[in-house]
Amino acid sequence: MIEVQQITKRYGTHTAIDRVSFSVAKGEVLAFLGPNGAGKTTTMRILTCFMPATEGTARVAGFDCADQPLDVKRRIGYLPETPPVYLELTVTEYLQFVGRLRGLSGKLLTSSMQREIERLGLGTVQHRLIGNLSRGYRQRVGLAQALLHDPQVLILDEPTVGLDPKQIIEIRELIKNLAGSHSVILSTHILPEATAVCQRVVIISGGHIVAEDTPERLSARLRQSDKIALTLKAPAADTEHRLREVRGVQNVFADGASGTFLLECELGLDAREDVARLAVTNGWGLLELKAVSMTLEDVFLQLTRSEDGLAQNSVAAAEPAGQPA
Amino acid sequence: MTPVQAIIAKELRSYFVSPVVYVVGAVFLLIVGLLAYLYIVFAGQQAIQLMQMQGSAQINLNDLVFRNLFSSIRFILLIILPILTMRLFAEERKLRTFEFLLTSPIGINEIVAGKFMSVFLVFLGLLGLTGLMPLVLALFCDFDWYPVLTGYLGLTLLGALFLSVGVLASALTENQIVAAFVSFGLLLVLWLLSGVGSLLGDTALGHAISYLSFMEHYDHLVRGLIDTKDLVYFFSGLVFMLFLSHRVVDSTRWK
Repeated sequence: MIEVQQITKRYGTHTAIDRVSFSVAKGEVLAFLGPNGAGKTTTMRILTCFMPATEGTARVAGFDCADQPLDVKRRIGYLPETPPVYLELTVTEYLQFVGRLRGLSGKLLTSSMQREIERLGLGTVQHRLIGNLSRGYRQRVGLAQALLHDPQVLILDEPTVGLDPKQIIEIRELIKNLAGSHSVILSTHILPEATAVCQRVVIISGGHIVAEDTPERLSARLRQSDKIALTLKAPAADTEHRLREVRGVQNVFADGASGTFLLECELGLDAREDVARLAVTNGWGLLELKAVSMTLEDVFLQLTRSEDGLAQNSVAAAEPAGQPA
Repeated sequence: MTPVQAIIAKELRSYFVSPVVYVVGAVFLLIVGLLAYLYIVFAGQQAIQLMQMQGSAQINLNDLVFRNLFSSIRFILLIILPILTMRLFAEERKLRTFEFLLTSPIGINEIVAGKFMSVFLVFLGLLGLTGLMPLVLALFCDFDWYPVLTGYLGLTLLGALFLSVGVLASALTENQIVAAFVSFGLLLVLWLLSGVGSLLGDTALGHAISYLSFMEHYDHLVRGLIDTKDLVYFFSGLVFMLFLSHRVVDSTRWK
C-alpha cells in the first residue's frame, strides 16, 4: 500500500532524512519511533505530498507522490502534529468543510460526519466553536477530519498527544480496529503505544532507519545478556563475591543499602535456580528474584544513542523474545 | 458543492464571525458617507453662489460630487483592503492549517481562487452598500448615470486588483501585520509609478511606467470612458498577481 524507496530530503545543506526505505502492507499498522528531529514528520510530509523528496520515490496505493499528488491525497487521511482546525468554526461546520474539500456531498457527507462524531465521542460538542474546545477535543476533531472520507491510508503524527489516559486507550482501540481494512502509519514518542497497536516498528534516528521489526523481536534482538534482579533481606559481606561465582553470571551490580543486586548472565543460561539455592543455603533472606527483560524503551534508547547499536547486537538477533518482567 | 465553493463558503463564514469585516465595513461606509455629504454640501454652496451671481444655477453633480468621491474612495480602498486580505494565507500558516489545505485533494489554483473570490464578495457587498448614496441622490437631483456606473465598474476592477495584491502579500508571510504592510506598500508603489511616469515625460519609458500604474486606467473609467486597454490592464494585473500567489504558495512547500 505504501512503498518508500531510498528517499532523501535535504533542506539546504541539512539532510533531514537520508535514503529511507520501508513499506507498509494493506491493513498493517506501522509505528514510527524516533527522537525529536529524527525525520518522522518530514517523512510523513513527503508521503502526504505536502513536500517533494529531494531524491527517491514514494508511492501510495500505486500512485507516485511526486507525479500524481491528487490521486495520492484522495486516498490519504492525515493528522499533522498540530490538529489542523479552524478555531472560528463549530465542529460540524468544520467537518462539513473538510468533507466538501474531499468531494463528499449530500447524504454521504451527512452520514460520514455522523459516523465520525459518534466514533470519536464528539456528540456533546458538535455545535460548539472549536476555539472553545480543550486540547483533547481538538485532537479528536483532527482525527475525525483524517477519517472522514474513509481513506485507505492513514498517516497520524502523534495521534494521542494531549488526550487523557481513558481517551488514549479509546484511540488506540480505534486504531487497532482500523487495522485490517486500513493501512496506518503513526509516529509516537510513547513507546508502549507502539507495542500496543502496531505490528511493526520503524525506529528512525538522525534521518536514518536504525531498526525495523516487530516490537517483540526488536527487544529480543537487542538483548546482549539476560538480567536478573535479586533482593535480599540480609546480604552478607561476601554476597557479591559469591554471586559472581555462580555459573553463567558475568557481572554483578550491587546496591548494598537496599540489598538489591542486578546480575548480568550469559545468554541462554538461566542462573535463577542456582542463585536461589545459594541465597537460601546462606540464609541471606531471599525477598525477590526475577528475570528482567529489555523493554522497547531500553531498545529505543540504546538504538538512538549509538547508531551502530544494531550492528553490535546482530549476534543476538536469532534469539527468541525474553520473558516479560 | 465544488471545492472552490466550499472554500468560499468557509472563508465567508470566517470573515463574518470575526469583528474585522464589521469594523472595516463600518469605517469604510462612514468615511464614504461623510465624504459624499461634504461633496454634496460643497456643490450646494456653489449652486447658491451661482444663483446669487447669475440668477440661475446649473451645476454638474457628476463633476462636483461623483468624480471627487471616486477619487477619494480609491485612497480609502488602498488602506482598508489590505486589512481584509491579510489573514487569508498568513493565518493558515500561523495556525498550521496550511498543511491540511495543501494535503487536501484540491489544486493550489483552487485554493487561491476560492480565497480571492471570498474576499472579493465581501468587497462587493461593501461597495454595494455605498450604492445607496447615488440612489438617494437621484431622488432629489438630476445627474448622468453613465459615468457613475462606469465609476463603479472602475471601483470593482480597482478593488479586485488591490485584493489580488493583498492575497499575494498574505501568501508571503505568516504574520498578518507584515502581510497588510507589504500589500499597502506594493499598492502605494503602483500608485506612485504614475508620478514617476509623468516625471519621465513623453518618452516610451515614461508611457510604459505610467501604464503600469492603475491611476490613468481608473481615471478613464471614472470619466466614463470604457477602453479595452484599461480593462486589459486590470484583468492582466489581477491574473498576474494571483499567478504569483500560486507560485508563492507552491514554493512554501519546498522550504
